[in-house]
Amino acid sequence: MVNQNMYIGGILMLANRQQFDSELQQLRQVLIDMGDLVKIAILESVNSLKECDLELAKKVIDSDKEVNKLEEKVDDIGSRLIATQQPVASDLRRILIAFKMAADLERMADLAVDIAKVTVRNGKQQFIKPLVDIPRMAEVVQLMTNDSITAYIEENVDLSYKMAKMDDEVDQLHSEILRELFVMMADDPKNVNQVLNLCFVSRYLERMADHATNIGESVVYLVKGTRPDLN
Amino acid sequence: MSIVQIKDLDLYYGEFHALKNVSMNINEKSITAFIGPSGCGKSTLLRTLNRMNDMIDSVKISGAVSINGTNIYNPTVNVELLRKEIGMVFQQPNPFPKSIYENVAYGPKIHGIRNKKELDEIVENSLRGAALWDEVKDDLKKSAYGLSGGQQQRLCIARALAINPRILLMDEPTSALDPISTLKIEELIQELKEDYTIIIVTHNMQQAARVSDQTAFFLNGEVIEFSDTSMLFSNPSEKKTEDYITGRFG
Repeated sequence: MVNQNMYIGGILMLANRQQFDSELQQLRQVLIDMGDLVKIAILESVNSLKECDLELAKKVIDSDKEVNKLEEKVDDIGSRLIATQQPVASDLRRILIAFKMAADLERMADLAVDIAKVTVRNGKQQFIKPLVDIPRMAEVVQLMTNDSITAYIEENVDLSYKMAKMDDEVDQLHSEILRELFVMMADDPKNVNQVLNLCFVSRYLERMADHATNIGESVVYLVKGTRPDLN
Repeated sequence: MSIVQIKDLDLYYGEFHALKNVSMNINEKSITAFIGPSGCGKSTLLRTLNRMNDMIDSVKISGAVSINGTNIYNPTVNVELLRKEIGMVFQQPNPFPKSIYENVAYGPKIHGIRNKKELDEIVENSLRGAALWDEVKDDLKKSAYGLSGGQQQRLCIARALAINPRILLMDEPTSALDPISTLKIEELIQELKEDYTIIIVTHNMQQAARVSDQTAFFLNGEVIEFSDTSMLFSNPSEKKTEDYITGRFG
């Protein structure tokens, strides 16, 4: 963002759009705040599952309201700026990706809620197997989420690409987990409930990684103006 | 296919270097917008295309401007005939103090058309072409000064169409008009593209974005960027273009 007077071709060019720039800055801050909430929601949802911590699960479910509010705020600021400022070029891209990123982050928070609901449904029952692969998958997803948000903050294209590569690992873990769970279901039909719940958790994490990848794509589009396919 | 070819064009007003090594091709039956801050050379280039700058004594021009393959700065070129090929519409509507009919018939008469029926036809077609016919067909004998600003500007477009040009030059044609008249003219420009090549200078960047196929961004007499309008306004390749169109300077 150019927010200072500068010389182009020997002419003093005035920074004309301080109001606009400060609102773009505000939009960015809302997205960063959303990112922080989503990072916490993912971490706590997975912890609640591992520890069978119902209180923590409820906290995750409650905190979703805040994320939804911030998404609405992004929509409000972005649509107001389009209506009043006629943004073009990178200004317009900045607003367009804000809408997309807010939608991605909001979905990620919803998926964290879905995991927390699995925790609630499972209650204090012991899991049919120790949770190893799911926490591993969750770690990669958290790393991807962190990197995608950092890539946005730094407008870092390289980090976006690097982050998106991790999605392959998530996809691989997802299919391994499913395979293992299906075998357990076949072994003993009594396992069906838990197996299904854990399949869902794996699926939720896999979707989160896709949303993180979408954020990476948004960052590339913001900086380069071209649409990459990182998925 | 390009109808206008500008190559290595330099223009000086006395010592002032107003156009610097400008080269560009303008496609037939397309709309090209020239944008840039005041004094950047966009109107100067427009006036170079119908040799309006000839009227200024201190002007020196080098390089070539070809229209339909003819270098219009060749000394043998008949400037009157050149201007018949190239109509022009200005910022302020400037109808003659005559009737609506006479305003449109004026050019064809100068070019030797006397037949009343033929003139009637030209007047009707031109007014239809300028999307004004339905509003004035019963008032053709009334003074053009009775029309609103937007109607007067469309009358000036009709007047330009009456001599059957191939190219229409428009120098900020809507900057003196209200928003509704502006939108009417913009719609008209889109329709005129079917038959004419249109080059428009505008300070209104949204207008350039709305109406044109290609846009040239000028700064200090240079063409900084000339590309498809959608590209120039969504992902310009030059930093200076980006700074200008996003309103960071100018």
